[in-house]
Amino acid sequence: MKKLVSTAFASLALFCLSTAALAAPPIKIGALFAVTGPASFLGEPERNTAQMVVDEINKAGGVKGRKLELITYDTGGDATKAVQLANKLVKNDQVVAIIGPSTTGDTMAVIPVVEKAQVPLISCSAGIKITDPVKKWVFKTAQNDTLAVARIYEQLKKEKKSKVAILTVSDSFGSSGREQLKAQARHFGIQIISDDTYGPKDTDMTPQLTKIKSAKPDAIICWGTNPGPAVIARNAKQLGLAIPLYMSHGVSSKKFIELAGDAAEGIRLPSGKVLVADLLPKSDKQKGSLLAFIKDYQNHYRAEGDHFGGHAWDAMMLLKGAIERGGDTPAGIRNALEATRNFAGIGGVFSYSAKDHAGLTKDAFTLVEVRKKDWVLVK
Amino acid sequence: MRSDRIKFIVFALVVLLLPLPLSGGYLTNVLIFVGINGVLALGLNLLLGYAGQISLGQAAFFGLGAYGSGVLTTQFGFNPWVAMVVVALCVAVFAFALGFPVLRLKGHYLAMATLGVGVIANIAFNETVDLTGGPSGLSGIPNLAIGTLTFDSDLKNYYLVWCFALGMILLSLNLVNSRFGRALRAIHDSEVAARVMGVNARLMKVQVFTLSAFMSAIMGSLYCHVMTFISPASFGFGFSVEVLTMVVIGGLGSVYGSILGALLLTLLPEMLRAFQDYDIIVYGLLLVTMTIYMPGGLVQGIPALFRLIMPAKKGSEVGNA
Repeated sequence: MKKLVSTAFASLALFCLSTAALAAPPIKIGALFAVTGPASFLGEPERNTAQMVVDEINKAGGVKGRKLELITYDTGGDATKAVQLANKLVKNDQVVAIIGPSTTGDTMAVIPVVEKAQVPLISCSAGIKITDPVKKWVFKTAQNDTLAVARIYEQLKKEKKSKVAILTVSDSFGSSGREQLKAQARHFGIQIISDDTYGPKDTDMTPQLTKIKSAKPDAIICWGTNPGPAVIARNAKQLGLAIPLYMSHGVSSKKFIELAGDAAEGIRLPSGKVLVADLLPKSDKQKGSLLAFIKDYQNHYRAEGDHFGGHAWDAMMLLKGAIERGGDTPAGIRNALEATRNFAGIGGVFSYSAKDHAGLTKDAFTLVEVRKKDWVLVK
Repeated sequence: MRSDRIKFIVFALVVLLLPLPLSGGYLTNVLIFVGINGVLALGLNLLLGYAGQISLGQAAFFGLGAYGSGVLTTQFGFNPWVAMVVVALCVAVFAFALGFPVLRLKGHYLAMATLGVGVIANIAFNETVDLTGGPSGLSGIPNLAIGTLTFDSDLKNYYLVWCFALGMILLSLNLVNSRFGRALRAIHDSEVAARVMGVNARLMKVQVFTLSAFMSAIMGSLYCHVMTFISPASFGFGFSVEVLTMVVIGGLGSVYGSILGALLLTLLPEMLRAFQDYDIIVYGLLLVTMTIYMPGGLVQGIPALFRLIMPAKKGSEVGNA
């Protein structure tokens, strides 16, 4: 019996050795996502998507004949942990590039680590501070809040609405949005006549809305992620507010319509094009990528791919292109990433340059409206 | 007393030699945070394990230290060392003033009051956007430096943090073995009895509360210079509870227990990554098992476990600790 076991082990070891010798070692890519914790609504689709893309690439023969290996860690949305894990990816796993993290806080925390280790990072979070000022090794795929704000203001200007009330959540997403809403208002000739905030866990925003109602704005802009904006939509309906309500791209998923129910009707928001992929004209450059992403995600996870997953899709595909063109060294990948032009992904059409590591224009956003529990394009 | 000194020297040697076999790997980075968490747990242990006063607001003092140093160095151009001292003293004064009303409370009420302090501090970090950068955090904090030596690598930061930690451990060891420490334990057992014996219980409770806040603030300053980025999420209620868990798992009323608890709770999630998505369940199960079977914490539980595995000469009664 003993002999049999040892023979089995020996042959197994031999087998492992021989296969390892045959195939070139896989290219290691690190991923940091907030799969658990308060930002899990971002981290989970991102992790799923990244894994899906890697599986698909490997199934199709890898990149230049070499397989990719994705090493994913969960930051839990905790900056301290994100730093430890970034160190682990760089020092122990020796990855050639990192995608993620999911939140701006985690990203800002790991930037010193990747800058020092000289490993390219493609963040999936939106904060403008990530790529402004430009950092040599840091790129991002999520659209800047600046662009979303510009998209809303542009529409308001077109409709000649100038007095707005803003209602933002007091977390990093909301405070970044608030900053941008205030900063860009003058440029579009818009006047903010009421500026209120609410807590991420608040369950009733009637007081803020009552105050806004008495200020009589032309439109209300609310900046937050689920479930706050759904509560605001319901409260607004209960109060019988007849003022147009704009939300941020933070709620651009079916989940918001589910949560807000009938109250979602007529609400407008800037969104990545993934929500309305099938409504886009054929001439749209992104249409091919969008439909491929949605189909793959449906096949793998039996769920609808959202634009958060899209950030990870873009990051992986940008990385794939960079490895194809720049080789498998961190420096080669970084240089190839910076030279990426006109890559039509999920979040938009990316063109990086030495001065721009965010790579998108305001065309990345399209304005959608909720009608009959579905999205339609606002013309 | 003598054996205590030997124990400390052995411990210090282990700490100083530990990074050598790791050769700058990422574990060195994790061990920096073990040092920081260890001192936080130690501060709380002095309060909870020795004096018997609970605090659910330790993250507030830690955060005040971190934000104090972060804001003073980035916005007002302070020297980091000066900022650290100024902030630690301010936090200590604040804790001293806060201690008098708060520590009159007992049990659940004390827990509630300290929890409140923690929540208020967190709201303050979030809402003072102009100063702290609000929820998206404060970046660009400089590393600490002595002359031309900048603490910018994991190894340097490891020795920096652990030098502070060893100092605090030595201080705590001396403290708990002094008249002051004995008085604290007397307060723990019975405050009335302690007062009858002539111990100024009220003042002593405030003093130890102040000391623990002071230690937390120093660690906060170190944390912000090691990380060079801070955001309010790191100083929430959850973190206060984590520190409390470290103290309880490590061993109430034991200086080394605090460090052991911090070591376990910081390293355990790293080791459990092998379980992938189930790591949180395993983590929870381990904590529950440990609290049930090691009520005295790891410092008592581990020796007991040894005796259980290798039956002692005396008999089997020792194994049920």
